[in-house]
Amino acid sequence: MADEREKIVQVRHLKQYFNIGKPNEVKAVDDVSFDIYKGETFGLVGESGSGKSTTGRSIIRLYNPTDGQILFNGQDISKIKSHGPQMKDFRREMQMIFQDPYASLNPRMKVKDIIAEGLDVHGLVHGEEEREKRVRELLDMVHLNPEHMTRYPYEFSGGQRQRIGIARALAVEPQFVIADEPISALDVSIQAQVVNLMQDIQKEQGLTYMFIAHDLSMVKYISDRIAVMYRGKIVELADSDEIYSNPLHAYTQSLLSAIPVPDPAVEKTRQRIDFDHSKPFSDDQSLQEVLPGHFLYCNAEKAASFK
Amino acid sequence: MDKILEVKDLHVNFATYNGTVQAIRGVSFDLNAGETLAIVGESGSGKSITVRSILQLLAKNADIAKGSILYHGDDLLQKSDKEMDAIRGNKIAMIFQDPMTSLDPTMPIGKQVAEPLLIHNNVSKKDAMARAEEVLRLVGIPNPKERMKDYPHQFSGGQRQRIVIAIAIVDYPEILIADEPTTALDVTVQAQIIDLLRELQQKIGTSIIFITHDLGVVAGIADRVAVMYAGKFVEYGSVNDIFYNPQHPYTWGLLDSMPTLETSEAHRLNSIPGTPPNLLNPPKGDAFAPRNKYAMQIDEEEQPPFFKVSKNHYAATWLLHPDAPEVDPPASIKKRFEKFKELGGSVK
Repeated sequence: MADEREKIVQVRHLKQYFNIGKPNEVKAVDDVSFDIYKGETFGLVGESGSGKSTTGRSIIRLYNPTDGQILFNGQDISKIKSHGPQMKDFRREMQMIFQDPYASLNPRMKVKDIIAEGLDVHGLVHGEEEREKRVRELLDMVHLNPEHMTRYPYEFSGGQRQRIGIARALAVEPQFVIADEPISALDVSIQAQVVNLMQDIQKEQGLTYMFIAHDLSMVKYISDRIAVMYRGKIVELADSDEIYSNPLHAYTQSLLSAIPVPDPAVEKTRQRIDFDHSKPFSDDQSLQEVLPGHFLYCNAEKAASFK
Repeated sequence: MDKILEVKDLHVNFATYNGTVQAIRGVSFDLNAGETLAIVGESGSGKSITVRSILQLLAKNADIAKGSILYHGDDLLQKSDKEMDAIRGNKIAMIFQDPMTSLDPTMPIGKQVAEPLLIHNNVSKKDAMARAEEVLRLVGIPNPKERMKDYPHQFSGGQRQRIVIAIAIVDYPEILIADEPTTALDVTVQAQIIDLLRELQQKIGTSIIFITHDLGVVAGIADRVAVMYAGKFVEYGSVNDIFYNPQHPYTWGLLDSMPTLETSEAHRLNSIPGTPPNLLNPPKGDAFAPRNKYAMQIDEEEQPPFFKVSKNHYAATWLLHPDAPEVDPPASIKKRFEKFKELGGSVK
């Protein structure tokens, strides 16, 4: 059963607020709990402002969480100091791939130095020869020509840059990688290349991914389980097939009904479901397991109706 | 049908430090009254340059080297700047991609919507503002009368795009050019904007040229589709022709690399290998050949002409030459052929 699988990340009542106590306080992530199992791809979807990127950034500790716990391999990492030996160890195990390959690579660094930065920080290679050998391996892994390691980012296309970002993230051999909209900035034909590459590497190295995106068809394709975020809360979480075939939350239903499908006949008959954004969450609601492995944000009465 | 726009053999070059980039290499198409033509392609394929040429909104280093753009039979490329000013925003209007940057942050939105009327038509400010209010209501801005005094930052991304659309349609243009109008938006908002464009088209009878890289969006809005690659159209036809009876291997690749909701993880995504060519030195033969697993000897040597597939459906691939060997298209494409037969089409 699901519970026997090894959990690599456990998020417990995570809250990430900004401008606390001020009139413009934002509850970007508001009491979110979920687990990520070892070796799976966990998809996190939602529209802009839903808190999906903030959740990812809190887990990897780019922010100091306002409240709640984040357990990584059983150890609470939500309060470790930003600049200490503990954080350094943790960062080796968890890495991030960013959305914009034009903004996330230092334009003044050579590709080999970008990729090797993590190796240098963690002292994983000794001497220039070993360093270059490792960079070659990494470039080879992401199907880039190792001869190009002395080039600068501007000499590469968007898809190639994203491969460099992937090589950099994987250089320190992390167990867990958070990919925040890694293909949104890429062309359709290139998206498939990058997704295939990420899946190949996952299979080879037994990596665990958290895949944050707004493109629901790609998320469904790549993820084992999917959580849907809306206004700082997870409103639904289930296996990816289940969430698409049996969406229970009205917001999930509206999101799914809005995905454009490359088929004119489907498009002509498509009925959009509108979600009423004026209804706020009520206090008696929480995320509950209403069907095996299928969680829904609802009240007790609604949850009982599935029994 | 009435042809209101005819683009003929358009060539656009850009002078750069590295040499001349041949961004558009012979593009021809027509636009009929009241229809929506979608131009699909990847970044750098030249789709934006093509439509910007129509309005002559190109960068300074651009040179329209060859071709003509006939608007009701009148060549726009022969018009003076002043004559073009009377057409831009009035007869032919444009919706830009990014609603965050295409509005003036320091001007109330009512004034921005009324501006084209004040410039083009001899109307009083009062009448212009009344029309602006009406159009803002038409595009679905709640309480337009009160909100006309508000500034762009007081609106959400989706609302801002509605305002951009309001500016474009305030003068009821004959042609509306929409350059990736929904790319910056969330899917639910995207669906609303597309519904809105369709509705407006019904109401004011405008023709739309819709540029996008998203084939899902194309399927929902287009009457006809043109697929663009490396500065040329490679295939064009009705929306059903392109989605159910595609003939160009690049169209196959685009359709095949998208996961559908039915795609399971067992089915690996089919990506198109490689990257588009550098148009500083366009290849001698078919520009898609290096990425095309169906490429033949002749693709390296000679650019394919357009072959007729059916009435109004053409594709520029040597595979359609009578002497070309039979090839085996990707499985997902064969499924599309099946659907084409069900719809009563005949597949080669």
